[in-house]
Amino acid sequence: MNQTSPHENRLIVPYPPQDGLLTFDGIGLEYLVDGKPCKIIDEVSLSIHQGEFVSFVGPSGCGKTSLLRMVSGLAPAPIGQVLYHNRKINKPLKNVGIAFQSPTLLPWRNILNNVLLPLEVVQPYKREFKQKQAKFIAMAQDMLATVGLKDFQSQFPWQLSGGMRQRVSLCRALIHQPEILLLDEPFAALDAFTREEMWFMLQDLWLRVKCVCILITHDLREAVYLSDTIYVMGPRPSSILYKLKVDLPRPRTLEDSLTDEFNHYVADVRRHIKRN
Amino acid sequence: MNSLLRSKYASVVLPTVTTLVLFILWEIIVKIFHIPSFNVPAPSAIWSAAVEKSQPLIENSLVTVQTTMVGFSFAIVAGIFLGFLIGYSRLAYMILYPILVGFNTIPKAALAPLFALWFGLGFLPAVLTAFLLAFFPIAANVALGLETVEPEMKDVLRALGASQLELFRKVGLPHSMPYLFASLKVAVSFAFIGSVISETVASDKGVGYLVVSASASFDVPLGFAGLLTLSCLGIMLYSFFAILEKYVVHWAR
Repeated sequence: MNQTSPHENRLIVPYPPQDGLLTFDGIGLEYLVDGKPCKIIDEVSLSIHQGEFVSFVGPSGCGKTSLLRMVSGLAPAPIGQVLYHNRKINKPLKNVGIAFQSPTLLPWRNILNNVLLPLEVVQPYKREFKQKQAKFIAMAQDMLATVGLKDFQSQFPWQLSGGMRQRVSLCRALIHQPEILLLDEPFAALDAFTREEMWFMLQDLWLRVKCVCILITHDLREAVYLSDTIYVMGPRPSSILYKLKVDLPRPRTLEDSLTDEFNHYVADVRRHIKRN
Repeated sequence: MNSLLRSKYASVVLPTVTTLVLFILWEIIVKIFHIPSFNVPAPSAIWSAAVEKSQPLIENSLVTVQTTMVGFSFAIVAGIFLGFLIGYSRLAYMILYPILVGFNTIPKAALAPLFALWFGLGFLPAVLTAFLLAFFPIAANVALGLETVEPEMKDVLRALGASQLELFRKVGLPHSMPYLFASLKVAVSFAFIGSVISETVASDKGVGYLVVSASASFDVPLGFAGLLTLSCLGIMLYSFFAILEKYVVHWAR
């Protein structure tokens, strides 16, 4: 892997990536606006390791959500490629957990059955679902207990508050122990205090699974609190402007997020955010 | 007043009281102005006609309900099938939907005499009219239910590697259920109207026929008794599917 990238002169992130589980290799994105091509993502190349928690921050419309859709394979990269286990992603991966800003629970299923959904779809759980149902239900109940929702398992989504639904959504995204967890501004619709609680719960859930997690957020404290690595994306046409490693011990507590060291990280990220 | 409105019984008590008050007013007006019973009979006269002719009223009601339900059953099957076809296939939508809309705008009352010409009097034209009136709202609603699935909901499943069939079974189908059940209570009323229309034109059975033949022989109280029977039957059919909806898609808010 010693060949040089054609984009090398513009790179801040070390390239080519060495041992990443997930590699963005010269990703670009263009849309046609009124018949003229409009560049959304200029060039993104980086590498994410097994068990790494990564955040993307940057101004709206710089293509962060598109990056997630490329990783999930829901909309494969049109320019460049995303490699997963050194294989190009060109169709939906089968073992990805996703959570969006809206919880997107299935309203016809109660909370427990919403969390069980991935086990009905993803192998090997799918073929074992009938025999091991009791065990799977115990798994789901265990996760719900972690986020404080054990007593709500037979309720329906409309009976829960927004924050509770989002917690269910996180449980659903993680129950099948995905190798990749994609979070697209999952807490943006919640109030500040609920959000802080959610960081803590997400960290708890994630520490059990230790999968790759890619978080998109506009909340810089959230990014610092949760991430191992933060990538700052620039305005359109975007590229990676800055990479920051967060070396804070885990599990991080609310108290940790009030220290000077923590605030240094937040300020450091903020200084590198530029708007169109 | 507010506590009455919030109580469980309000939805039953209030309409019943209103209906009773309406009938009492009707009775008083007919009595005060001496309106002859072959113009507008008083509720008391209608009631005694209904009691006197209860046998034919019940028999004909059964016929009407039966034709309605047969036509409606076909409408459900065809409506769900067409709805899924239109909702899932862009091609089917482009080809079929304009035709369906065009066809739906034809007043079915105008078709009933034609059906009588083709199929004779009685059961078949009534079933057909009921079917034709009822299937469109079902098809349109089921298609709407499939179209309005949140893309993100599908994304969650697709990212798990769900197949098209799994997407349909786990998201599309359940998501269209509230739309289906909302359409059923409307469609069953349409089917009922359809079979009565056909009975008035092309039948020798059914409440529709009874009303027409009663007015032809100037038995206006019986005609009104027939109309009230129709209204009661219509309410019963609607309520049945409204209650069914509440139970089956209780999760939809």
